[in-house]
Amino acid sequence: MGLKSLHARQNSLSNTDRQLEILSNGIFENGELPRFIDRIDQKLSPKKLEILQINMGYMCNQVCAHCHVDAGPDRKEIMTRKTLQMCLDICKNHRISTLDLTGGAPEMNPHFRWFVEESSTHVDDLIVRSNLTILTANKTYKELPEFFAKHNVHVVSSLPFYSRNKTDRQRGDGVFDKSIKALQTLNALGYGQPNSKLQLDLVYNPAGAFLPGDQKELEADFKKALLEDFGIVFNKLYTITNMPISRFLDYLLATENYEDYMRELVLAYNPTALENVMCTNTLSVGWDGSLYDCDFNQMLNLKINGPIDHISGYKPEINKRSIRVSQHCYGCTAGAGSSCQGALNS
Amino acid sequence: MEKTYYKPQDLKKFGDITNWNKELGDKFFEYYNAVFESGALTAREKSLIALAVSHVVQCPYCIDAYTQDGLKRGIEKEEMMEAVHVGAAIKSGAALVHGVQMMNIHDKLSM
Repeated sequence: MGLKSLHARQNSLSNTDRQLEILSNGIFENGELPRFIDRIDQKLSPKKLEILQINMGYMCNQVCAHCHVDAGPDRKEIMTRKTLQMCLDICKNHRISTLDLTGGAPEMNPHFRWFVEESSTHVDDLIVRSNLTILTANKTYKELPEFFAKHNVHVVSSLPFYSRNKTDRQRGDGVFDKSIKALQTLNALGYGQPNSKLQLDLVYNPAGAFLPGDQKELEADFKKALLEDFGIVFNKLYTITNMPISRFLDYLLATENYEDYMRELVLAYNPTALENVMCTNTLSVGWDGSLYDCDFNQMLNLKINGPIDHISGYKPEINKRSIRVSQHCYGCTAGAGSSCQGALNS
Repeated sequence: MEKTYYKPQDLKKFGDITNWNKELGDKFFEYYNAVFESGALTAREKSLIALAVSHVVQCPYCIDAYTQDGLKRGIEKEEMMEAVHVGAAIKSGAALVHGVQMMNIHDKLSM
């Protein structure tokens, strides 16, 4: 894994058309595996919009091996204040219950604090997806834990594993120790503590070409290990399946695991998970205001169907669209299912 | 004839065993699944035992299945290798302990 994004390396997979071509050809073209649209045998449509997930930019202080965003320090795409204001207006006017801020590292957006201050009173649940290391990166971010607590931000943090080796292999040297330090800081403010309103959840994704195990069992293992070794507590663990796109697709291809991984996803297809996939209650907003059915479709540049595909033209009627799918969608329907809120059938 | 006796993709067809005898096949899988549920031992501990036994019985399907199962459960490679050594130690010990029988017979028959 290099220290630059696929985009900066001008890797062919930074072209989303190339990714979609790979996902549509080969074992899905020769009939060995069914295409997702044929497997579900119905059109997927949104239900009630509950979550507005905003990608505040692709800039990140980390370059993780599995990142579906292809984020990194070299990515300059950042959401403007004007676009953020449009998102804010939707929260105010359309009763969005959950606002989910992601990136990159959303904290690196220069308008991040303003947006959190403005939006926190307009939604029931304000989620910030933090990579944790940004909280210890430098003076600019040092006070963010207190800021989060003040605005009752629900912190959802990536931590691939409770051991140093597996975490650093996926996310870079030193990431584990910095993450532990950040978690201890959040705990000291009340985050994740019993009877505290400050919610701290962790996200686990497999460090390789395999599906996540049972969410409840892994949560119990994480809680036991983090408490015993570091005195850390948290609320929930979300297990998320690695999507066969972007950097993880690059890894799958480079290690000749792509076809077996896709077979595993297809074999583990779970129709019950399909009923609750996140694209049915989420709308994803790209850094430039473009609208997508989910963050994964955003990274494949699959904008929502219909005449309105930008936040500036948002109308509740866009909820009547059909959701765009490709073979990566098997990642959300495999096994217990997967979403940004973890397993779907846990 | 196949070029090899074992094909990795056949692991996925294990469930097809029921096609030729549903009653016994179903009973086996019901028993198998019950065995691996958490009980006095955790499912994680059982997975490591299964990995060790897989090596002792030298079943490539089982080794494949329980290495993947261990990865999904977050079992570390160091734990997996220690489990394999436990299996290997018992298997080699089982061979070596028969040396006592050899010694007994040798001494009984020798002047």
